[in-house]
Amino acid sequence: MEPIYLDNNATTRCDPAVVEAMLPFFTEHFGNASSIHAFGSEVGKALKKARSQVQALLGAEHDSEIIFTSCGTESDSTAILSALKAQPERNTVITTNVEHPAILTLCEWLEKEGYIVHKLKVDKKGRIDMDEYKSMLHDRVAVVSVMWANNETGTIFPVEEMAELANAKGIMFHTDAVQAVGKIPIDLKNTKIDMLSLSGHKLHAPKGIGVLYLRRGCRFRPLLRGGHQERGRRAGTENSASIVGLGMACELALNKMEIENTEVKRLRDKLEQGILSQVTHCFPTGDVSNRLPNTSNIAFEYIEGEAILLLLNKMGIAASSGSACTSGSLEPSHVMRAMGIPYTAAHGTIRFSLSVYNTEAEVDRVIEAVPPIVAQLRKLSPYWTDKGPAANPEAAFAPTYA
Amino acid sequence: MWEYSDKVREHFFNPRNSGPLEEANGIGDVGSIQCGDALRLMLKVEPETEVILDAHFQTFGCGSAIASSSALTEMVKGLTLDEALKVSNQDIADFLDGLPPEKMHCSVMGREALQAAIANYRGEEWSDDHEEGALICKCFAIDAVMIEDVVNANNLNTVEEVTFYTKAGGGCAACHEGIEEILAKVKASRPGAGETSPPPACPATPEAPKPPAKKLSIVEKIKVIEEVLASVRPMLQRDHGDVELADVQGKKIYVHLKGACSGCMMEAATLGGIQQKMIESLGELVQVLPSSHMPVEA
Repeated sequence: MEPIYLDNNATTRCDPAVVEAMLPFFTEHFGNASSIHAFGSEVGKALKKARSQVQALLGAEHDSEIIFTSCGTESDSTAILSALKAQPERNTVITTNVEHPAILTLCEWLEKEGYIVHKLKVDKKGRIDMDEYKSMLHDRVAVVSVMWANNETGTIFPVEEMAELANAKGIMFHTDAVQAVGKIPIDLKNTKIDMLSLSGHKLHAPKGIGVLYLRRGCRFRPLLRGGHQERGRRAGTENSASIVGLGMACELALNKMEIENTEVKRLRDKLEQGILSQVTHCFPTGDVSNRLPNTSNIAFEYIEGEAILLLLNKMGIAASSGSACTSGSLEPSHVMRAMGIPYTAAHGTIRFSLSVYNTEAEVDRVIEAVPPIVAQLRKLSPYWTDKGPAANPEAAFAPTYA
Repeated sequence: MWEYSDKVREHFFNPRNSGPLEEANGIGDVGSIQCGDALRLMLKVEPETEVILDAHFQTFGCGSAIASSSALTEMVKGLTLDEALKVSNQDIADFLDGLPPEKMHCSVMGREALQAAIANYRGEEWSDDHEEGALICKCFAIDAVMIEDVVNANNLNTVEEVTFYTKAGGGCAACHEGIEEILAKVKASRPGAGETSPPPACPATPEAPKPPAKKLSIVEKIKVIEEVLASVRPMLQRDHGDVELADVQGKKIYVHLKGACSGCMMEAATLGGIQQKMIESLGELVQVLPSSHMPVEA
């Protein structure tokens, strides 16, 4: 039985064309782009091409606005720390409480360092309140950092509008677009977004390569200082093979943008409807009418996500969960909690995230596999009886905290 | 994904004794829906003999929670209630060929469900005030609440001391930042936190015992020892354990570790902590040993 991979928001397989483009850069084109000799100049040309491929996918005005980094997290840290360092008179960061840990953990640390972090709340569908946002924009704010799309629910945030509002008040705007790049069209030159983070391995490039888009003219302070690479904005010898791979992946993503938003979306919808129509007491989370075309996050009530994943895994199906147990933390996903999803459902959330490589036959198999797994676990659950959920489940089973 | 043993997988995929038990006369509900683990243990006890004739479970939880529940029902069937109460969380973990450190709480939950079900059968009140915090030390499975309690109870100031008392931070050392944060938090909450107190000069080694004013008689010595044991007892009892003095032979103090403390994986750390207190209180170097180490009389 061929395994089915529906965890593409976690990471993706490298496209074979990406691997093929990279291989020469481990062998014959091993040179250092900074060298004057032929070994180096070949690599230099390849980096230039890759930069323009990334530029095209992002719709950036200049290729020099593309800074290669080691990952999305590095891009996020660089952007926010740069904004604070370059504007010492400003001490506040605005973000949301559903960001990726790459932002939230950094912000927690910034708070310990004495900065002020304001986290925008979200409603039940994971949407922010624009009035709250507008009221927060003042002259002590160094940077606003809001994800383009949420990794767990796929919910898309109005970052272009938010960037306009920030810009009008003279505030820098950064977006963690790790989940959005390659899945929805982006045209940065027609926005007021100052900085954007992306990560290669989310769009069929290898792990260990990322990009920070930095609008020309945006004040900047590097995170890594050293050599003159990336025009002195990110020191360290270029990861040339991965950069070439990322360039190729960006080109492919641009070509497949149409498929992503038609065929992949259709399969996602089929999967979601197929499950919702067969399983009672489950619901999709997030803003279903405004989300990434590949993501479906379903909360299965009264059962726990890790148990679901283990049984799915036994059937050769890979997905992920927002339960506490899958992360080793004590609380379920902060995104689910921020949306006010009750604990009995938050622990049972399963994220299916598709890619252009998924097929109709795979989706059919998953639709068939999920209902018996849910039924099997509900049979074990103290919140469930053979007639459905226990009447008033939280009262019927109120264990002693242990 | 976790590294689950084959036995954990097997009990998860084919759980034994799941579902309601109609004739149950002892039911224990434990866990916390916030943390995503909740377990109902149902026992059918024969009143005359107090033998557990049957045991069933219903669990909301992850793979290891379900496997621990299943293992527990298999382990207690056929035991008397008193025998069943001796089943420790480590026994459950051992039965499953081990659990990942992050998942040890699943076995603790199993043990607590057992205590709760037996209390329910006996018509006793069972309450649990053991609070679980975020896992700090993954090497020795020590959580934030435990570290905070020990730091508070013993007035600890350094990571080294925390390691000495709890083992936390004694492995890969990746959690030292987390331990430092707990120390800072506790320090800030201590009375007179505003005053500046110089950090202890050399915290790595416990302070040398102060010379005693006069040599203690054996009666005085035992009195001090009992006082020290009384001071640590509440902490142990909170974890359903206890300690009793067994004997004093020269510089060796033998103690009985009871309840959850007996056979606990933290036994060495517990004894280490008690020993440190004994040294401080007695003003002389002594060794605290489990009673099982007592020389057998010839």
